[in-house]
Amino acid sequence: MSDEPLRGSTPEDPSGFVRAVDERGAATVGTVGGGLTPTGRKGGNPVSRVVGHPLFGWLVIAVAVALPFVNSSAYAIRISTDALIFIMLAVGLNVVVGYCGLLDLGYAAFFAIGAYTSGVLSTTFGWPILATIPFVVIAAVIGGLLIGGPTLRLRSDYLAIVTLGFGEIIRITANNLDFTGGPNGVFGIPDFGDFGLRSDIATYWVVVVVVGLAVLASSRLGRGRLGRAWRFVREDEDAAEAMGIHTYKVKFAAYVTGAIFGGLAGVLFAVHQTAISPPSFNFLWSALILMAVVLGGMGSTPGVVIGAIIISLLPELLRGAENWRYLIFGVLLIVVMIFRPQGIWPHRVEEKPDRGRRRRSSPEPEEVAR
Amino acid sequence: MSTVLQVTDLVVNYGKVEALRGLSLTVGAAETVSLLGNNGAGKSTTVGTISGIVRAAGGTVTAFGQDVTNAKPWDLVEMGIIHVPEGRRIFSRLTVHENLQIGGYTVRDGKAIDTRIAEVYDLLPRLAERRGQQGGTLSGGEQQMLAIGRAMIAGPKLLMLDEPSMGLAPLMVAQVMDVVRTITEQGTAVLLIEQNARAALKVASRGYVLDSGVVTIEGSADRLRADPRVVEAYLGA
Repeated sequence: MSDEPLRGSTPEDPSGFVRAVDERGAATVGTVGGGLTPTGRKGGNPVSRVVGHPLFGWLVIAVAVALPFVNSSAYAIRISTDALIFIMLAVGLNVVVGYCGLLDLGYAAFFAIGAYTSGVLSTTFGWPILATIPFVVIAAVIGGLLIGGPTLRLRSDYLAIVTLGFGEIIRITANNLDFTGGPNGVFGIPDFGDFGLRSDIATYWVVVVVVGLAVLASSRLGRGRLGRAWRFVREDEDAAEAMGIHTYKVKFAAYVTGAIFGGLAGVLFAVHQTAISPPSFNFLWSALILMAVVLGGMGSTPGVVIGAIIISLLPELLRGAENWRYLIFGVLLIVVMIFRPQGIWPHRVEEKPDRGRRRRSSPEPEEVAR
Repeated sequence: MSTVLQVTDLVVNYGKVEALRGLSLTVGAAETVSLLGNNGAGKSTTVGTISGIVRAAGGTVTAFGQDVTNAKPWDLVEMGIIHVPEGRRIFSRLTVHENLQIGGYTVRDGKAIDTRIAEVYDLLPRLAERRGQQGGTLSGGEQQMLAIGRAMIAGPKLLMLDEPSMGLAPLMVAQVMDVVRTITEQGTAVLLIEQNARAALKVASRGYVLDSGVVTIEGSADRLRADPRVVEAYLGA
């Protein structure tokens, strides 16, 4: 601020300008200082309004449950199960990347840890799959502690590099150890039981239930007290800390939650595939899961589910295009990101002041500089 | 007068640079104390150290009779020591209302948060008008008000404001200072870090002038305003 008009005045006898400021200051609280006027728009575009409807979630679940009655071909069941598992991975990564803003480039590592833990325990030791689940959770948490412990104290760029390395280390380790079957992997993994149904359909319904619960859980986590803390950390870590949020603990919670989701998705994957091998968990997986989160809309559970469905099913739907399908897939992704940079269904429609409505609410002077 | 904050011989080093070299100050209950000084004098380092973001190499910080030297920021917030960082640091993508709710993160009682938010809206009606707007679309002055309002939700006993007048027009500075005065009158101790000595000494009852990491001048606001050294350096006579 300019001191020019103040020259020559003493504190006891302030210049007329200062006195004027003093007097006006008290009288005009709450009337000056423009800012943009509220735009008054609600709910964004028609797409968001349709998918934003509370019934939409139930509709999706109904479709998922009813699918075997509509089309029970082995192919349809297979790609649908794949898509569901992919949804679980995406909502898990969404906790880490979307809610908390921690860039994890090696998420497939937890997927692999889950699949291998469950696969090895059930084949080598002959355990039923359900009994392996507690150990999968433990293994995923240990993995999360090992990577998150030292790196979450750093800012997220470093986390991205470390997780990228971690993803590869897990895959290469699985490739070289004997008890993981080396390059051959683990095969003959049992299923959950067939409940008197065709076995792939039985697995499909188990997957529907587990993934449905996972989606619900992640969405609820995002709305709770911890979920809010994650968002604050994502928005501004220092400010969050100044507001009394234990940032390290909160980031840790996000990372370990993501690890557990990834591990459990690994169990479903192992059961569904009945055989797993190291190439199933390469970097492409981590990248595709991240792509589903970004494409759908970071931090938005419905968005991420839609993103995961698109990423996992689009290559199948484009099968007619033969060798061109991955090219078309890539072009479509770029098109989506151009027209909906916040994702297909963003967590919140960005409040953009429309052109022409950028009027200041009051003509009085505002601050000189920000 | 009971003492809220007592800082004794505080030493802080950034690598080989000595930022604070034995700084001492006290803040009494329901009192506004101003910390003045030029860029690099150590003002922000002082509040940063008190609020646990910067580690002290020596000296003690005592708050409400407890030793809180190098305590964790979240524990200090629970104790009622709230720091409004320099540059406002509001959450620009969250709404005004959400920004206020964050302030109550350490408050378990949801009703208490709602009551305090209502109080802040009373104190700062501008925020009530803009409650659904994203923080980033507010003007600089409104953002500062929001930052102060957010801190008030936590129920501070000691509020530390780091340069609230930064980048604001004179009229806005006067409003922010009015808010600070009201907060003090309501019984919260305020440690006000300012370069704008004229504005700060108008609301503060006492002040400290910092230079190169030590207090060079201290005294009542009136005395500081009359001190030729302060007048020359900060008030521009």
